[in-house]
Amino acid sequence: MSDIISVRRRRLILGLGAGAGTLLLGGCDSLSERPATQSVLGSAQWFTRAAQRAVVGRDTPAAEYTRADIAPVFRANGTLNPSNPKYQALAKDGFKDWRLRVDGLVANPQEFSLADLRAMTARTQITRHDCVEGWSCIGQWTGPTLRDVLARVVPKPQARYVMFFCADSIDDDMYYESIDMRTAAHPQTLLAHALNDEPLAIKYGAPLRLRLGRQLGYKMAKYVMHIQLVSSYRPFGDGSGGYWEDQGYQWYAGI
Amino acid sequence: MAQATGTLPSSDRTASGKVLIDRHSRAVRILHWVNFITLTIMLMSGLQIFNAHPALYWGKTSDFARPALSIGAMEDDKGHSWGVTTIGSHSFVTTGVLGWSKDSDGTYQVRAFPKWATLPGETWLAMGRAWHFFFAWIFVLNGALYVLLGILSGHLKRDLWPTRIDWKRLGHTFIEHARLRFPKGDEARRYNGIQKLAYLSVIFIVGPLIVLTGLTMSPTIDAGWPWLLAIFGGRQSARTIHFICAFALLAFFIVHIIMVILSGAWNNLRSMISGRYAIETAPSGAGTKHE
Repeated sequence: MSDIISVRRRRLILGLGAGAGTLLLGGCDSLSERPATQSVLGSAQWFTRAAQRAVVGRDTPAAEYTRADIAPVFRANGTLNPSNPKYQALAKDGFKDWRLRVDGLVANPQEFSLADLRAMTARTQITRHDCVEGWSCIGQWTGPTLRDVLARVVPKPQARYVMFFCADSIDDDMYYESIDMRTAAHPQTLLAHALNDEPLAIKYGAPLRLRLGRQLGYKMAKYVMHIQLVSSYRPFGDGSGGYWEDQGYQWYAGI
Repeated sequence: MAQATGTLPSSDRTASGKVLIDRHSRAVRILHWVNFITLTIMLMSGLQIFNAHPALYWGKTSDFARPALSIGAMEDDKGHSWGVTTIGSHSFVTTGVLGWSKDSDGTYQVRAFPKWATLPGETWLAMGRAWHFFFAWIFVLNGALYVLLGILSGHLKRDLWPTRIDWKRLGHTFIEHARLRFPKGDEARRYNGIQKLAYLSVIFIVGPLIVLTGLTMSPTIDAGWPWLLAIFGGRQSARTIHFICAFALLAFFIVHIIMVILSGAWNNLRSMISGRYAIETAPSGAGTKHE
């Protein structure tokens, strides 16, 4: 009697084990396709953000390196030369006619020329760039802090996110990004116009790109044309806050 | 080999002179299987992430010309493709598995780790990251709970901390293990020195190391805890150590499975499911736990 129970139980357990194994290996792929799985797994980023906010101060800066640490060749990736004709025309003239529009939930919307931004007090920082793919590269970035630029347009209290609209597109979707006001106010958040003492080359995002000290590369929009302060990023693109976020990458790119 | 039978709680003693003891507590059994599923997902999604940039470096940044390890494909002058894995200055042909392997439709493609080893199977970095960073939380919480319960219940001290006798017998135990002679009777009631050291090094060295090197890859954590960069010698070194730890855990897992099978697959498996473990014992049966 007990022999039979034991054998049955053994078969059941081994069967369950084999079933679980198959489910795990074969099932995870179809699970990955499901919006519900993506939404549940993706929600972990908000725990991660809360945990990182709990242990890292609001303005705590990322490590800054020395000139000796600067990579001989800074790796460029993403779009290397936007095909957009309007951008090409601006580039031909050395971005003389380029204007950065800053508007949205601000008291004083403005347009900045490259000369205006270069005339502002600049911050120069040698920081590490971490790509979502896994590699790191160190470069020296120069430009006004976003905090200073926003101070000129005077954000309204309802403003919660800063949207960056760019000149490049991938598969016909315009590149865009968004950060929160907390990240926008960080002392290392720059609108960089120079890399390693040279005006930003086209492959690095000329004439202006965003630099963040504490997030991954895909947040740092290149070819920035328009900055808009908003209360929600939902109305833009597919609603996830950025080009790569719309492809399933985390909005919070702190890890 | 005769299997222990009497799994009914009324009788611990079996006709063949074996005794069933309660080996693993319910908490340990649950945490064990959660850990197994979590680590499987972490490893496979980790390999998916690695595939996005299949090279490892030492130091603060990536010296693209001199990776410590890289996995890729190359084409010879006859148009034939090879999977190539390079460690330092040594290259190995790894066609079919690393660098150049079959896609789901049977065609070969350039990818570091093959489809069957990654989660998801297809090249899909965003989803690999989603799995990895969700289950990272479960891995950490599950591990922390295990250590906490292990301390409170005395499990760690009683069952895993090596005794003076364990240290003394380490050489002997090693030889016995190598000969695949496993302890019987009262000796089988407890872990031997090698088992204790193996479990302790996974719990207190490799586990924490893989979490800390994972955190060192976070640019936000680096800002808050710059000492992590100092300890591991930079973000790219941390990434390399993270990878080594993952394979150390895989090696532990493989040895663990081999030992489970060689020392009685069914008995071991049952002890981690129902908690009951059969040991051959002297007729007196002294020390048996009765329910």
